[in-house]
Amino acid sequence: MKFGVVRFPGSCDDGDALLAAERVGEAVMLWHADRDLQGVDAVIVPGGFSYGDYLRPGAIARFAPMMEGVAEFARDGGLVLGICNGFQVLCEAGLLPGALLPNVSLRFVCRQVELEVMSEYSPFTRACPLGEPLSIPVKHTTGRYYAPDRGLADTQVLLRYAPGQNPNGSDRDIAGVCNQAGNVFGLMPHPEHAVDPLTGSSDGLAIFESIKAHVADRVAV
Amino acid sequence: MRARVLVRPKAGILDPQGQAVERALPALGFDGVANVHVGRLIELDVDDPDRLPEMCERLLSNPLVEEYEIVESE
Repeated sequence: MKFGVVRFPGSCDDGDALLAAERVGEAVMLWHADRDLQGVDAVIVPGGFSYGDYLRPGAIARFAPMMEGVAEFARDGGLVLGICNGFQVLCEAGLLPGALLPNVSLRFVCRQVELEVMSEYSPFTRACPLGEPLSIPVKHTTGRYYAPDRGLADTQVLLRYAPGQNPNGSDRDIAGVCNQAGNVFGLMPHPEHAVDPLTGSSDGLAIFESIKAHVADRVAV
Repeated sequence: MRARVLVRPKAGILDPQGQAVERALPALGFDGVANVHVGRLIELDVDDPDRLPEMCERLLSNPLVEEYEIVESE
């Protein structure tokens, strides 16, 4: 199992994403200006401030050469995980429905939140313990998810903020969504920052383990 | 040609920035202000103004949540 983490100018959670992925498999860094995905089994588009968040978060990064490779990889069914700024990039690129807007509070929020897992079958959540919330941190200013009602099926919502925990005013408490095919997933919380009990929670590891389990199944078939 | 593109939140999209400004004005004694929205102004020189709408759709605005208005000058 080999993960690829896309590094843009301005990415800042790429290092943690790489370390988190290395807990369950191999991981390599993919440079934004390259096109070669180096044969990875899954791609992580990490958090940060790609291209300085100029214009809108993710608006410029979606045109990076590497994103062409990622879009093609996604079209062929490859697993793509977008975290925070990565989620914004995937929405801007049209690989995920909806958009991320400024938090209702207009403030940067940085706190631990509880998340409800809405699907036990998704390649991204299948290893999450059934019926137990995940404790994972958020840290963002532009995390209010919006999608038109018709643009998003309920089955595409994989994570919701637990009641009373919505940190940004997201529509329907949505914390993470996948595309219709189910192989592209974006979330505002940071599972890569919750992989060691030392930092308070290791619940984020379940997301990386889910991806590994899905890839292992596919290889077996 | 010099052009200006005005980008603003679409009607129906919650605009907390506009609301914050709307609340701040009466605090300074400016009453009678309503429907405040905060957007972006993009100024650019373009050779072919016919391509502006496509630029707006693909990059300058996010059509899902924003609307744009092209103001041509000169």
